Amino acid sequence: MASRRSKHLLPGFGLTLGVSMLYLTIIIVLPLLAMLLKVGGMGWPEFWRIVASNRSLAAYRITFSSALAATVFNGFFGLLLAWVLTRYSFPGKRLLDALVDLPFALPTAVAGLVLVTLFAQTGWYGQLLEPIGFKVNYTQLGIIIAMSFTSIPFVVRTIQPVLEDVEAGYEEAAKTLGATGWQVFARVIWPTILPAFMTGCVLSFARSLGEFGAVVFIAGNLPGLTEIVSLLIFIRLDEYSYEGAAALAFVLLLAAFLTLLATNTLQSWQVRYADRST
Amino acid sequence: MTTRVHTRSPAEITLIGLAVVLSALILVVPIALIFAYALREGVGVYFANILERTTLHAIGLTVLTAVIVVPINIVIGICVAWLATRFRFRGRQLVITVIELPAAVSPIVAGVVYLFLYGGQGLLGPVLQGMGIQLMFTVTAIILVSLFVTAPFVARELIPLMQQQGTEDEEAALSLGANGWQMFRFVTLPNIRWAIVYGAVLTNARVMGEFGAVSVVSGSIRGQTNTLPLQISQLFNDFNVTGAFAASSTLALIAVVTLILKSTLESRGWQ
Repeated sequence: MASRRSKHLLPGFGLTLGVSMLYLTIIIVLPLLAMLLKVGGMGWPEFWRIVASNRSLAAYRITFSSALAATVFNGFFGLLLAWVLTRYSFPGKRLLDALVDLPFALPTAVAGLVLVTLFAQTGWYGQLLEPIGFKVNYTQLGIIIAMSFTSIPFVVRTIQPVLEDVEAGYEEAAKTLGATGWQVFARVIWPTILPAFMTGCVLSFARSLGEFGAVVFIAGNLPGLTEIVSLLIFIRLDEYSYEGAAALAFVLLLAAFLTLLATNTLQSWQVRYADRST
Repeated sequence: MTTRVHTRSPAEITLIGLAVVLSALILVVPIALIFAYALREGVGVYFANILERTTLHAIGLTVLTAVIVVPINIVIGICVAWLATRFRFRGRQLVITVIELPAAVSPIVAGVVYLFLYGGQGLLGPVLQGMGIQLMFTVTAIILVSLFVTAPFVARELIPLMQQQGTEDEEAALSLGANGWQMFRFVTLPNIRWAIVYGAVLTNARVMGEFGAVSVVSGSIRGQTNTLPLQISQLFNDFNVTGAFAASSTLALIAVVTLILKSTLESRGWQ
């Protein structure tokens, strides 16, 4: 390749640039563009009528509040798991570490099937929970549980490496100066892992906003009560209302872009943090 | 600090206990439930369920999709990673952002964008239909949307690794007279092979398990365009719960193998 004489030392610039551009254009950019054109062609009043309809607004509210609740749970659970996995040694630790990724390895449809069966009236968990008044299937609680399950690994995996890197020296110094265990955590460790924690929470939230497979099994899908945005898109397609589907998909896409932007900002904050501490 | 090695503080015991109990309830019980329900009517019924014609067809289609999609996205992942880590050029960051996009997009949206490209109402659909080509609701559509959904997996493992490894080894190989292919085969590939395997394992798990995107473009025709996750959903809607769990057990098995491979690869320490 001629590039060896050019400013690039290594070969393959032309080849990899060509293949990458071709593939990314056909597989990723062109389909996204097709949808944006569809939305662009429908006119503002039509677009607004769809995205601001009562049914859509109810779907945003349910999706958003469920994703928020799922993220709060995953924040606590993820912090607990990451802490236990990095700070303590105990039998079965490697197994637990491997299990954390199960929600990513298990197909979402299987997760949905398992959850709806677990929480059914006669299911392993349902028969214990329903007598004390917790109904999970076909309620918003079910949506929250499905969203939490499918996004468990995010918080664990983003704070784990940072927690491993917090130098024991700082903790020791704080202890020598008379700090209690809780003070060490609140003043020394928490500020260090905060950016990573936030990144994990944003990723978990973004995943929950778009989750479909696990949720449809357990949600019952009642308009205005347990109907999430992804499902409403699916229903619009079934009704051959392609404008409706396109407009709502655009809203979800916009939400995804905003979260991506938030993660990038958080990550540069994290890098600054890391630079300062060295 | 030093005392922790021998005696555990009450806080430590509480935290470990809490983590183990919650993980057992949230992560272990679901796996146990899949196999318990799949086998609850006996091994004979289990195999009859797996070997049922449409389920068997769904297994075949799922494997076919993975066999096509995984190698393509490995090659593309290597290509993009080489481009993004070995050269500085205008638009480099854009390439990384574009290949990351599918990871941020909801599966349903992934399906919808393909519908608006190749569907009857879409950008290219009418043109293709004029030529007699129907892409939507075919196996080709399932493969295309799977390529979209899993495009980032190999690249996102390779880019940080190759960035960190730098280019000295490859430049040395070239200066010793290796050609481009020899350099790649004997220097680059050995350095990144475990990351490739890791990315491939994740790609495979996602391809076989994809539900939302595939359900939009496949048309879910039983015995024709039903992948395993769609088949599971239909069996469940037919109240054939044991059949749904039998079909799920195959994907659960793949998930367990994925976790074992991932754990083994990580302990090899390539990261």
